Amino acid sequence: MPADAAHPTLSWNVAHDVAQVLEYHFMVNALLAGSVVAVMAGLVGWLMVLRREAFAGHTLSMMAFPGASAAALAGVPAAWGFFLFCAAGATAIGRLSGPGRRASWSEQSAGIGAVQALALAVGFLFVSLYGGVLGDLESLLFGDLLGVGDGELLLLAAVAAGTLAVLAVLGRPLLFASVDADVAAARGVPVRALSLAFLLLLGLAVAATSQITGVLLVFALLVAPAASAQALTARPLASLVLTVALGLAVVWLGLGIAYFSVYPAGFFIATVSFVLYVLARVIAFARGGTRRDRQPADAPARPAGVIA
Amino acid sequence: MGEPAIAVDAAAVRIGRRTIWSGVSMRVQEGEFVALLGANGSGKSTLLKALLGALPAAAGQISVLGRPPGASSGAIGYLPQRRSFAQETRLRGSDIVRLGLDGDRWGLPLPFSWGRTASRGRAARRRVAEVIETVGATAYADRPIGELSGGEQQRLLIAQALVRRPELLLLDEPLDSLDLANQGSVAALVGEICRSEGVAALLVAHDVNPLLAYLDRVVYLARGHAVEGPVEEVVTTATLTRLYGVPVEVLRASDGRLVVVGQPEPPAHHHDRHGHGPHAGDPGHADAG
Repeated sequence: MPADAAHPTLSWNVAHDVAQVLEYHFMVNALLAGSVVAVMAGLVGWLMVLRREAFAGHTLSMMAFPGASAAALAGVPAAWGFFLFCAAGATAIGRLSGPGRRASWSEQSAGIGAVQALALAVGFLFVSLYGGVLGDLESLLFGDLLGVGDGELLLLAAVAAGTLAVLAVLGRPLLFASVDADVAAARGVPVRALSLAFLLLLGLAVAATSQITGVLLVFALLVAPAASAQALTARPLASLVLTVALGLAVVWLGLGIAYFSVYPAGFFIATVSFVLYVLARVIAFARGGTRRDRQPADAPARPAGVIA
Repeated sequence: MGEPAIAVDAAAVRIGRRTIWSGVSMRVQEGEFVALLGANGSGKSTLLKALLGALPAAAGQISVLGRPPGASSGAIGYLPQRRSFAQETRLRGSDIVRLGLDGDRWGLPLPFSWGRTASRGRAARRRVAEVIETVGATAYADRPIGELSGGEQQRLLIAQALVRRPELLLLDEPLDSLDLANQGSVAALVGEICRSEGVAALLVAHDVNPLLAYLDRVVYLARGHAVEGPVEEVVTTATLTRLYGVPVEVLRASDGRLVVVGQPEPPAHHHDRHGHGPHAGDPGHADAG
């Protein structure tokens, strides 16, 4: 007999526990949705971390607030407002952060910060215009992974498939432009266009996933697995595989723990991903200790006056 | 063959309404190692951009590998002036070199493939390993690029520029930010590549000394004009005085190093010299002092 859903009990029999979890359609949907998100967010996030655009990703996930409140005001489904604001946010960030990656770091983050502040302010305005309370503000922030319907799951899978297909086509030039913009541009890679395309892709991924997992959660899945994998290996293929594996582990572990607990799934998913990230950093630090004592001996030493 | 790798005839480049330089003529032949010298802001990077076709010539003729600038970019290995990779760049040096080989092709390389794709993948990996060997970076090519020293990164970047077997190398200040020992060894490496692979190289530098032993000729840019010739003819008191239009003295130290004394210094605010967009190689300051 499976345990009653209201009082699930954890036994030492793992197979039994797993069977118990899979007994329920909502848990199967949650696991499937979580897995799709883990794969999509992981891969998009891998590039985001490599491009050092985590702040842009964070800002795009914040677009959920003005998006949802605008949608409520206009009386359309929240998803519409969400996609619209994510696309607008991505375009604004792409414009503000200058040609390629040449804009200075602080300049870029200042621009993104300005976009974020404006987005939140606009969302606030929409809420007060709407006059009512945004009913599902909590599910907007923290998601409702356990309430994913079959239709939503299908839509999510479609968006993920599209995102990954575009990513596969852009793959190599996007990687080139991300790590080595100058040389890529000289080779005819459209660095600027790729930069904007990536932000739009990021926006799409964020919008689609935070519909289901919540704004805060998508970010946990976007950053932590990719950052952990990159800390552990510099081999691109291994790093990508590890990112997806870590993402899946985070979602499954988080949901599994949540099932046997009274606390929300989002908390456990975010916590597991944070713990994995800290572990990865500790391992990388322990391994890197031997290398780091090498001196990069490249102090520019030019005798004054010798300029021929 | 017989076609010079670079042929510039009485060329001028204007950015906005300002003429960066004019009446510039130079030749670089196959297998030749030529340094492009000049003070900061004299328009060296602008010349490279004109050769790459990123800036049009306002007057005169520029031809690169027998074609107009920009038309043969596949046969040019270009090394932009750059800061080094950030320490947290988590890719191997060999990945950076590989991107130089096929990073501009759409799609992804398949990790598991067979038949022609697989043999192309093997050939690509072989070529990457070979070029890394050429620049002597095999020992550290599989380490994350951000953890390497400036000299090690520079060798891998030269490998990246070389990986497609270019006929012409355009290197923008590759010796910048290297210590003296590394400056010498990178200069020797470029000279060696020119001789062994028959590649023409134009290397931008502001100090000719690390290059002296390996150079064929120099092009010296100052005050919007250029002089071209062997080092011992160009870097002399007479020539540079004529070029700068103010008395300049070239001293030769006992170890053969050349010291230029009295050249007009560019203004101090000018260290962003290879900056962005239209201000690149910002001219007109060389004569301001």
